[in-house]
Amino acid sequence: MAYAAGVDVGSTQTKAVIIDEQKRIVSRSLTETGANVIRAAENAFAEALADGDLREEEVEYVVGTGYGRYKVTFGNTQVTEISCHGRGAVHMFPDTRTVVDMGGQDTKAIRVSPVGEIVDFCMNDKCAAGTGRFLGAASAALDIPLPDLGPTALRGERPVKISTTCTVFAESEVLSWLGKGKKIEDILLGVHQSIAARSAGLLRRVGIEDEVTFTGGVAKNTAMIATLNDRLDLQVNVSDDSHYMGALGAALFALDHILASRAPAKARQDA
Amino acid sequence: MIYTAGIDVGSTYTKALVLSADHEIVGRAMEPTGFKLAEVAGRVRDKAVAEAGLSDGDVSYTVSTGFGRHQAGMSDVQVTDLTAAARGTTFLFPGTRTILDVGGQTMKASRLGDGAKVKSFRLNDKCAAGTGAFLEKTARYMGYSTEEIGPLVAISKEPTSISGVCAVFAESEVINHLSQGVAPADIMHGAIVSLVGRSVQLMKRVRMEPEFTLIGGILRFERMADVVRGELQAEVNVPDGDLVQFTSALGAAILGHRRLQKLEKEGAPAGASGA
Repeated sequence: MAYAAGVDVGSTQTKAVIIDEQKRIVSRSLTETGANVIRAAENAFAEALADGDLREEEVEYVVGTGYGRYKVTFGNTQVTEISCHGRGAVHMFPDTRTVVDMGGQDTKAIRVSPVGEIVDFCMNDKCAAGTGRFLGAASAALDIPLPDLGPTALRGERPVKISTTCTVFAESEVLSWLGKGKKIEDILLGVHQSIAARSAGLLRRVGIEDEVTFTGGVAKNTAMIATLNDRLDLQVNVSDDSHYMGALGAALFALDHILASRAPAKARQDA
Repeated sequence: MIYTAGIDVGSTYTKALVLSADHEIVGRAMEPTGFKLAEVAGRVRDKAVAEAGLSDGDVSYTVSTGFGRHQAGMSDVQVTDLTAAARGTTFLFPGTRTILDVGGQTMKASRLGDGAKVKSFRLNDKCAAGTGAFLEKTARYMGYSTEEIGPLVAISKEPTSISGVCAVFAESEVINHLSQGVAPADIMHGAIVSLVGRSVQLMKRVRMEPEFTLIGGILRFERMADVVRGELQAEVNVPDGDLVQFTSALGAAILGHRRLQKLEKEGAPAGASGA
């Protein structure tokens, strides 16, 4: 049995996924990217091997993706994270036409064809507004751990309107709402709505076509899912592995290489 | 003697200044703005009045300006920050035609006509990368406080290139530079160069013309004015010392005296409001 791996070196976290020839996920790992990007990629891969009880030789092909994909020094090739997220999302949810990927430092809107090719994409690469960092800023300002943000926001009933675009200024706006006596859950619901509105704007630029699949680390946030559904007036697909969608896509591309390298040899034998 | 007070409720600091009728600054005070604008404005004004050795009743007229001017409460009238800045700046440097005001969370460029009239202005308060917050964030990523920016950057000889597109994304850039052994002073210098790049863009959009005067809290870092000078290839005026932070409050207080004179001409007795 051959295995293929994808390593997604994101701005905040590095993810690795190993799949078998039947495209089933056999192991995964998640680690903070930190300052040493090369080591983060190595660690993520080593942890995924350990998680799947595999030896490095058993993994025939490794594809690196994410902003740090060229730091996956042990990888065989690199594929952009846009392609990988598209591929991963279509694999998980075959009717996906639009992907919204929310990571620590960027949000991407991707439109894919029925076979999972990228038709169009759009991302905020110049500004942290509307990305996971916006939630990070709110989490820091309100002193609420990231995993608690979603559940807290969902208790909100009268969301405040966040007027600032910039993540830096949002931090002070959040505090000023607190100073005005607003409830934390209402402030947080407002924060989520503001990110949802920004993401919807990004999605509109590539064209929103059902089904929409939500990927990236922020897809674990229940309030983000709810506010996005509200804003888009549909139900986004979310997988338990949404966080690993880029790495999964990379692993699928790796498997393509393995299978393609075999096919001609087999064809020659048959001839 | 008749006194007026100018209060500038800025995004980051609130400044108050007491001015005599012969335009001598007799008291000033400053505090972080925080979130209780009316309280801080009142407190800072009281401090400035006390510093002048006066009591509340000695101040005949109070003018507020800055983003929080409408919440300042105790003022007789409010004027926009652009008007106040124009008045204060031309008082200090009568030849001023273009003002660049860089504060903690805003950046403003304005071009003046005759009589300190604002002819054209542009502002940025949407994105921290174009404001003092960019420098504060950059400093904080390296473990320095805002007050350490000045001394830190003074020792830099060569700025490092900082893209400056986003104050949040700057963090990874700063960490990368640090891990490659770049000196914090050079990174800070690079952040200033990047901020000045944005300033010059804003000044171009108001069709700047000399003389140039730079004001706002960020100008207390001398390197900022040096870099602007280099970019514009022109001389720039900068108010002395911490007067850079009080220029708009000064302008507001000057406008207070003008207002009093006008009221006097119209027959209302000055210095005895309501009498």
